[in-house]
Amino acid sequence: MSVKNKETIAAETEADMRQPEEASRRLEVLKTYKIFIGGKFPRTESGRYYVAQDEAGHKLANVCLSSRKDFREAVVAARTAFGDWGSRAAFNRGQILYRIAEMLEGRKLQFIDELVKQGAGQAAAGQEVEQSIDRLIYYAGWCDKFQQLFSSVNPVATSHFNFSVPEPTGVVSILAPQDSALLGLVSVIAPVIAGGNTCVVLGSYSKPLSAVTFAEVLSTSDVPGGVVNILTGKMEELAPYFADHMDVNALVYCGDDMEMKKLLQQKAALNLKRVVFYDHVDWMSANGQSPYLIADSQEIKTTWHPIENIGGAKAGY
Amino acid sequence: MEKNNTLKLKFESARKYAPAPESRSAAKINAQYELFINGRFEKPLSGKYFDTINPATEEKLSQVAEANDADVDRAVKAARNAYENVWRDMPGAERGKYIFRIARMIQERARELAVIETLNGGKPIRESRDFDIPVVANHFFYYAGWADKLEYAFPNRRPQPLGVAAQIIPWNFPLMMAAWKIAPAIATGNTVVLKPAETTPLTALKLAEIIQESGLPPGVVNIITGAGATGSALVNHPDVNKIAFTGSTEVGKHIQRAIGGTAKRTTLELGGKAANIIFDDAPIDQAVEGVINGIFFNQGHVCCAGSRLYVQESVLGEVIRKLKDRLETLIVGDPMDKNTDIGAINSRQQLENINKYLDIGRAEGAEMYQPDIELPGKGFFCKPTIFTNVAQSNRISQEEIFGPVLTIQSFRTDDEVIEKANNSPYGLSAGVWTDKGSKIFNLTTKLRAGVVWANTYNQFDPTSPFGGYKESGYGREGGLHGLNAYVKF
Amino acid sequence: MVDTNGAAMPLLMRTPRIDQVGVVERAARITKRSIKKETKVNGLLLTLNMIDLTTLEGKDSEGKVKQMCYKAKHLLDTYPGLPTVAAVCVYPAMVHTAKKAVEGTGIRVASVATGFPSGQASHEVKISETKFAVEQGADEVDMVISRGKFLAGEYNFVFDEIAAIKEACGNARLKVILETGELVTFDKVRRASDIAMYAGADFIKTSTGKVTPAATLPVTLVMLEAIRDFHYDTGRMVGMKPAGGISKSKLALHYLVMLNEVLGEEWMNNQWFRFGASSLANDVLMQLMKEKTGVYQGKDYFSLD
Repeated sequence: MSVKNKETIAAETEADMRQPEEASRRLEVLKTYKIFIGGKFPRTESGRYYVAQDEAGHKLANVCLSSRKDFREAVVAARTAFGDWGSRAAFNRGQILYRIAEMLEGRKLQFIDELVKQGAGQAAAGQEVEQSIDRLIYYAGWCDKFQQLFSSVNPVATSHFNFSVPEPTGVVSILAPQDSALLGLVSVIAPVIAGGNTCVVLGSYSKPLSAVTFAEVLSTSDVPGGVVNILTGKMEELAPYFADHMDVNALVYCGDDMEMKKLLQQKAALNLKRVVFYDHVDWMSANGQSPYLIADSQEIKTTWHPIENIGGAKAGY
Repeated sequence: MEKNNTLKLKFESARKYAPAPESRSAAKINAQYELFINGRFEKPLSGKYFDTINPATEEKLSQVAEANDADVDRAVKAARNAYENVWRDMPGAERGKYIFRIARMIQERARELAVIETLNGGKPIRESRDFDIPVVANHFFYYAGWADKLEYAFPNRRPQPLGVAAQIIPWNFPLMMAAWKIAPAIATGNTVVLKPAETTPLTALKLAEIIQESGLPPGVVNIITGAGATGSALVNHPDVNKIAFTGSTEVGKHIQRAIGGTAKRTTLELGGKAANIIFDDAPIDQAVEGVINGIFFNQGHVCCAGSRLYVQESVLGEVIRKLKDRLETLIVGDPMDKNTDIGAINSRQQLENINKYLDIGRAEGAEMYQPDIELPGKGFFCKPTIFTNVAQSNRISQEEIFGPVLTIQSFRTDDEVIEKANNSPYGLSAGVWTDKGSKIFNLTTKLRAGVVWANTYNQFDPTSPFGGYKESGYGREGGLHGLNAYVKF
Repeated sequence: MVDTNGAAMPLLMRTPRIDQVGVVERAARITKRSIKKETKVNGLLLTLNMIDLTTLEGKDSEGKVKQMCYKAKHLLDTYPGLPTVAAVCVYPAMVHTAKKAVEGTGIRVASVATGFPSGQASHEVKISETKFAVEQGADEVDMVISRGKFLAGEYNFVFDEIAAIKEACGNARLKVILETGELVTFDKVRRASDIAMYAGADFIKTSTGKVTPAATLPVTLVMLEAIRDFHYDTGRMVGMKPAGGISKSKLALHYLVMLNEVLGEEWMNNQWFRFGASSLANDVLMQLMKEKTGVYQGKDYFSLD
C-alpha cells in the first residue's frame, strides 16, 4: 500500500461510501437525535421536538426539545453516578477521559461532517474536532495531578497533622456554549468530570448535533452511565431548573447575557449553588483550558488529626 | 487509740470556686464611637447612634454610630480612593509590613481587647484571652507574610486584587472574624469596608484605633457600624467588587440573590449542623471532652459546633453518663470570671431563639437534660443542654440552634452513620472519634464537610482553610486557599 | 497458682484507648482554673493534709526519719490550726522508728516494698518484705509493679503478683506504683491502672520518684479517669497518689482541681488522695503565710527536714 496523505484518504473514503449508494440507489438511513440520560438514549418524555436547521434553512434533524422532567431524570442519574465516579481512583478517571479522546478520534469525520452541516467551514471544523480531542487528552492528564497542585499540608501551631485536599462538589448543571458546538461542550464537560463530578449538560440549541453525537462517543468510552447527561432544548426554558434544582451543587453558564446571569444567580441562591460564569472565553485559545477550570467545581476539605507530640501540644482553646 | 487526721475540708465543688474576676481596668471604652472612615473617626451623616450592652449584665457599655446609605457611600468612596491611589500599587513587601505591624500592636493590647470582647459579647474571658485574641494576632501575622509572595500561591497565574471588599461579620467571634476578613483582603491589595455585627461592635472599633495608630494609609480599612440596613446598603453599593459574609444561611442566600446581575464576587461562610461521631473503639474520655468542647465552646455560638452527636450503640450509655458527669463541672455565669466555662448568650433575641428550640425539642418528645444549677439573675444565660431520644426527623437535629444544645442519636454501622451525618443541607464541619486509622480515612473522605476533625474538635489555625460544602457557604478562609477569595487572574 | 482472693483479671479489650494530645489538652485546660481567696486557703490546707512526707534514700538514718516525723507533726507551729500530713513514707527497715515517732498522732506510716524501686526481686522476697513491713507496723504498703513483665505483655503475671502482695498486706492499704515514666504511653498507663485496681489495689500511684518523668498532670488525669471508670463498673473507690516532681503549691492546686472535676468531693480527702512529696510542704506553708500576712515569703524562714 502506497503512502497517502490525509486528504487523499478522506477523499477516497468518501468516494467509497458514495459509490455503492449511487449504484444501488440505497436510501440513506437517517439518525434519530436523542438525548442522553443515565447512559441511555431516550427521547424526551415530553414528546416535543424542534427542527435543527443549517444556515440556509435546510432541515438537519428533528431534535428533542427536552423538558424539565428530562432534566429531573438526568439529575437523578447524575446523583446516582456521583457516588461511584467521585470516589474512583483518579488514575482510572484519567484513563476513561483518554478513552473518550480515542473514541472521538475514531469518529472524527462524523463530527467534522456535522460541524460543517451546522455552518462551520471544512478547515475550521477539522481544527475544532482535533482541538476537542486534544482538550480531552489535556484533562485526562490532569485527573491525577490537579489534586497535588491545589492541596496543602498546613503547618498548624498545635500538635496536629492538618491537610487540605480538593474534592468534587457533586452534581454540576452546565449550560454549554451556544456557538462552540463541540469544542465548547467538551471544554466545559471535561474539567468537571476530570474532577470527579457528574453533570447534566444542555447543548447548543442552534447547533445540537455535535452534542448528541458526542453523547454517543461517551456511551462507547467506558464512562459510567449518568456521569455525563446531555440534553437538547431551549436555554430560556430549562435554565431556571438548572439553577434552582435542590440536588444540584454547582451551575456553569457559558454566555454573557446579563439578565440570564441575574436569573441564574438568584435561583441558584435557593440552595447556595456554586455559580461559575464563563463569558467571552475563546475556547480555541490557550485560555480555554486550565487546571483552574477544574478547581471551579472543587471543594476544599481540611482534615485534622492529633500527633502524639506532647511537647508541641497546647490547650485547644 | 489512733487519732483521725483526715481533714474533711471542702475544697469547694467546681461551681463554687471563689470568684476570680478579670480586671476591667485594662479596658478603656469610650462613651461614644464614631464611624472609622478614611483613617478618621467621623460622625455619622445619619446623626444616629445605638446602644451596645454587656449581655451578661444588660448594662449599656457605649453607644455607636449607625451608618446610613450616605455613610456607606462615604466609606466605599474612601476605600476606592485608597485602592486606586495607594494600596493596589504599593509593593507587596510594604503592604506586608503594615500588616505585620498591626499584628504586633494587637499582641501588645491583647488583654484590653480580650476584656472588651468579653464585656461586649458575653464569651468567657478564658476564651477571649486564650483563643480569640491570639488567633486574631496570628491571623494578621500569617497573611502579612503572603503580601509579597502571591505569585507562588497561584502557579502560572498573575494574581490581581479585586478592588473594594465589603465585609460583613457576625457576633460570635467579633474580632476574630474581623481578622479573618481584613487580613487576607489587604494582604492581596484590596481595600476594605467592614461592618461588625450590631451587638458586638466594640472590638472592631478598638481595631480601628489600632489601625489608625499603625499608620495604615487612610481608607485601606474602613469600619462602619450599624444593623441589617447598613449591611444591605453595603452589599448593594454599586462600587463594591467583592462581598465576604459570615453569618446565617438565610442572609447568605439573600446576598447571593442581591448580587445577581452584577460582577461582584462573593464568599459566604454560613451555618452548620455538624455531626460528631463516636465509635466504640474511640478514646472515650477524650471524645467526651471533644463533644463538650464541640458544643459548649463559646456558648455553642459556633457555626461549626458539633451539635449532632452520633454514638455507636455499644458505648451509648457510657458516653451519656460521662457527658452528664462532665456537665456537672461546667461553670456557667459571669463571663469575666476566669473560671467560667459558659458565659452569656449574646443577646436577648438569641436566648429567645434557643429557648424556642428547647420547647420544640420537648414537644417533639426528646428527653432534655440540664444540670441543676442556678443562672445569674440578670443578663442572658442558658444552661448547657443535651437531648436524648432524638430522631433524625426532629427539628432540633436538623436546624441550627446556635446555642449550647446537643442532640444525641445512636447508630450501629459505619455506612449508617455516614448517611445520617451527610443527611443535612449543611456541610461545614464534622468530627470522628475512633482509634482505627483506616476507619478515620473512610469517614473523613465520605463526610461532605469542609473541615473534618478526627479525634479532636474545634481546632483552628491561620494556616488551615476553613469553610463549607453545600448550604454552609462557599469559599475558604485561612491558609493558602484563603487567598483565592480576594484575587483575580 | 496464686490465690487472688477472688479478684479477676479485667477484660483488657475493654480498656479504652487514650489519645495523648486530647489528654494533654484537657490537663492544660484544668490548669486554667484560677484558684483564689478562701478556695485557695482551703486547697492549701487540704494539700498539707494529703502529703505523704517521704524519705527514700540509701543514706536514710533513724535520726533523719525521726526528724522527718517531727516535721510531719509540727509543720509550722507559729501557724495555729494547721493539719498534720497524711503519712510518712519510708523503707521497711525504718518503719519501726517511724511508727514510734508518730504514735498517737493519726499520721500513718507507709512503707515501700517489693524490691522498691526497680521491683527486680524474687516473688518470695517481695512477699516476705511486704509481710515484714506490715509486722513492723506499716499502715500502708507502696509496692512497685514488675514493669519488665508488663512491657513484655505478661499481664497475668503482673495481676497475680499484685493480688499476692495485697493478700500479704492483710489490713494495710496497698498502693500500687505503676512507674509511669517507664510505661511511657498513656495506653499502657491506663492498662496498668486497670490491672492494678482489679487485682485489689487500694491506691494507684504514678511513680517511685526515682525515674523521670515522675508524676505529671496528664498521666494523673489518665489514672483518675481509670479510677472513675472502675468505680462506675464495680462501685468500689480507689485512691490516687501522684508522686515525684510536685514541689509547688500552685501545681498541687491544679492536681486538686483535677481531682475535684474528675472524681468529685468524695475523693477530696487523704483517704483517697495523696501527694508523694518531700519538699511540697514548705512551699505550701510559704503560700499559707503569704495569704495570712499578705507578705511574700522567703525559704530561710521554713525549716528543712
